[in-house]
Amino acid sequence: MAMSLGFHIIFAMVSMAMPLLMVIAEWQWLKTGQEVYLTVAKRWAKGAAIFFAVGAVSGTVLSFQLGLLWPAFMAWAGPIIGLAFSIEGFAFFTEAIFLGIYLYGWQKVSPNAHLAAGMVVAVSGIISGVVVVMANGWMNTPRGFTLVDGIPSNIDPIAALLNPSGLLQAPHMILAAFAAVGFAVAGIHAFLLLRHPDHPFHQTAFTIAAAVGCISALLQPLSGDFLAKRVAEFQPMKLAVFEGQVHTQKGAPFRLGGIWNSDKEMFDYVLEIPYALSLMLHLDPQGEVQGFKDFPKEHWPPIGLVRTAFQIMVFIGISMMFLALWATCLVFMKKNIFQSKAFLKAMVFATPLGFLATECGWVATEVGRQPWIVVGYVKTAEAVTPMPGLNIPLVFFAGLYTFLAFIVVWLMLRHVAATPGQFEMNPRTNLTALT
Amino acid sequence: MIDLETTLAIALLVSLTFYVLMAGADFGAGIWHLLAHGPSRRDQHHLIGEAIGPIWEANHVWLILIVTILFTAFPTAYAQISVTLHIPLTLLVIGIVLRGSAYAFRHYDIRHDELHVRWDQLFALASLISPFLLGIIIGAITAGSFPISPESFFEGYLSNWLQPFPLAMGLLALVFFAYLAAVYLILETQDSSLQEIFRKRAITAAICAGLLGEIVFFLGQEGASYLWGDMTNSLWGGLIIFGTVVFTVASVRFLFTRHYWWARTCAILQVILTIWAWGLAQFPYLVPPYLTIYSASSPAITLQFMVIALIVGACLLFPSLYYLFRIFKEDSILGLKHAPKKPADT
Ligand code: HDD
Ligand code: HEM
Ligand code: HEM
Repeated sequence: MAMSLGFHIIFAMVSMAMPLLMVIAEWQWLKTGQEVYLTVAKRWAKGAAIFFAVGAVSGTVLSFQLGLLWPAFMAWAGPIIGLAFSIEGFAFFTEAIFLGIYLYGWQKVSPNAHLAAGMVVAVSGIISGVVVVMANGWMNTPRGFTLVDGIPSNIDPIAALLNPSGLLQAPHMILAAFAAVGFAVAGIHAFLLLRHPDHPFHQTAFTIAAAVGCISALLQPLSGDFLAKRVAEFQPMKLAVFEGQVHTQKGAPFRLGGIWNSDKEMFDYVLEIPYALSLMLHLDPQGEVQGFKDFPKEHWPPIGLVRTAFQIMVFIGISMMFLALWATCLVFMKKNIFQSKAFLKAMVFATPLGFLATECGWVATEVGRQPWIVVGYVKTAEAVTPMPGLNIPLVFFAGLYTFLAFIVVWLMLRHVAATPGQFEMNPRTNLTALT
Repeated sequence: MIDLETTLAIALLVSLTFYVLMAGADFGAGIWHLLAHGPSRRDQHHLIGEAIGPIWEANHVWLILIVTILFTAFPTAYAQISVTLHIPLTLLVIGIVLRGSAYAFRHYDIRHDELHVRWDQLFALASLISPFLLGIIIGAITAGSFPISPESFFEGYLSNWLQPFPLAMGLLALVFFAYLAAVYLILETQDSSLQEIFRKRAITAAICAGLLGEIVFFLGQEGASYLWGDMTNSLWGGLIIFGTVVFTVASVRFLFTRHYWWARTCAILQVILTIWAWGLAQFPYLVPPYLTIYSASSPAITLQFMVIALIVGACLLFPSLYYLFRIFKEDSILGLKHAPKKPADT
């Protein structure tokens, strides 16, 4: 399940963010009439289509796997949180329908209708992302029911959906998708710009993707900070693990790095910034931060893994923010951004970072929740399917996903290699070549 | 007033009907892709690829809707089905993944080379196994009697679906989908030689489907005795059997006389009748003999929200679907161009 999700999430992110990029490009085309914008939009659409399809099928795997792997969890949680998935179902419908129109309708509907279809795809993709992340938030901060004799009663699906974690997780996830995809696309075009510095196609594509990526990357740490405060409020132990806070402390420092030593039950090699953590969480350098040793040991998640994953995410988040600031400076100083080789190289380097941060963020969130599947109510071990021999499908799916990932990467390489030459900028050849 | 449980059960059945009529035909098209041969092989492949391109993702979502309704409204049944039918469900999911991915890899690739043949083969193969498994799963659910505390691996995870009845249902689904696809494809092309090819195939598939249907009926008396006992002995059961036979015969006749639009209408009606007859026979059971739509349902408040969500969703969905099909399938659905050209013209 975690594996399927980790796989699905990459494709889901592309499906959430790419429509926005395509819509921007197409809108620019309608506004300026410059053919290069249309070429960019079409090129992106062609590449993103693969991600849409694989995203859809891997999502289908998930909706079955919820039952296949966690039957008891679903029987328990279905009535409470299933509404979210029903809303998601209709969002998928809208997305799939208008995606069909977007991908195949270039010549069949008017340009405005086509652009509108793209917008519907973008919005419904975002809605499905929001709803499913809210459902995940519910597992962190379960709401909307009371337990009577071990059975959830007085169910309120709306309250369950609008749970405190989910409300902040959702914007963080959406920003993550825009940041990661924006940087990835910009990185690819930056790579090609280093080779063909004056290529208008790559310049246009880079500008749009980098703008979306950078704006999101600037907002991301802010949203992460809000989220961390929420975690401190509702899951203090999880936050303590994130921040490496072993003992409860007033005036807690912010810790960088560190390796968990499970014998001594402390972190080795930590770098401390005094009072910073208390300041961040409580806006007060003397504020008290709970340590995870205050909690029973059998409720600890795997500490080293969760902390490392969290650190990587934050580190990447800060790096992306600095890249975005760099870009902002270049723009404000009216420098030609394409002339700065160093900046382009940094962007190339950043291509996979957003996706890496996302995977790490999810590991932190999900593994940080262990041993609970629904915090405080159901343990993961109680919810798993009774079927023996689960390793076989697990290994098989791992193989399948590796295979698919390999193919997608390879197809993308081919896709990138087939840079539109000057002649393809001609609208006529262009139409036949790209639709 | 019908109650909430029944309303949601009807929603399930409606979704299943749409899934079979639309995605089923996509699977069927994949089967014909596999069986395509002769000098026009490439044209057949091209026709199939074009026909399902814009719509297959939307068609596929019906399945997701079915799964979501099931796990929100009838979570106990969902959990039970997922445990007992773990193996065929997993295989089905794999089939769906391979099919969708192979199609995407083939059609959205920027270059064209021999590797595309491999994707096509994978696509076609996956189109073959998925409907078979879907039929098996529906058959096993119909037969019911899932083990509560199984003694052995075989009893718990294999014995319920490795039975003649579910396997026959699997075959029936396969042939049915192929039949639907062939009938649709005739109306997707204007090339009369292609039309002739799919006409012959549609006739063959229709006859096979009719025969298999009878076999399934026969096996069902034994294999799914809870439900089919009623069906074969009652008046409405007789009417339904009679109805499907009439539609099959009518559809084949229209195929012979090249009234393709009518042939397709009859095929669709036949499928709808079969599914709804099954649904009626199943009512109120989800998995007989223990789980009914009442015993397996969520609390009323969840069901109310579900119904509201479905109504709002449907108001968005159907106009959008209409728009999609109007853009891409106007000719083939309204049958404007179904008058075949003479072979000499082409
Ligand atoms: C591009 C990706 C990305 C980047 C740059 C960041 N994050 Fe993040 N973060 C995610 C992508 C992500 C995520 C994968 O999307 C998570 C997992 C669960 C969720 O809702 O979002 C997440 C979760 C997550 C959580 C856990 C929430 C929970 O357990 O309920 C916290 C506290 C933060 N983030 C905080 C931050 C901070 C302080 C960042 C500062 C720089 C940051 N994130 C950058
Ligand atoms: C990219 C996204 C995600 C990743 C990488 C991810 C990863 C993980 C990991 C690593 C675990 C812990 C496994 C263990 O310690 O045994 C886990 C648990 C779980 N996650 Fe996620 N998760 C993601 C998103 C989600 C979402 C969106 C949901 C539900 C809506 C979800 C549902 C669960 C459940 C039910 C568990 C408990 C079962 C388990 O341990 O696997 N996850 N996930
Ligand atoms: C981190 C969490 C998740 C996010 C952000 C997310 C987001 C998305 C998005 C944007 C899509 C549309 C992609 C496309 O059409 O290609 C999608 C597809 C899908 N997702 Fe997820 N998802 C997440 C987790 C899940 C989970 C836990 C499930 C299981 C119930 C799931 C089920 C699906 C399904 C069934 C589809 C396919 C819909 C279709 O056919 O178009 N997703 N997801």
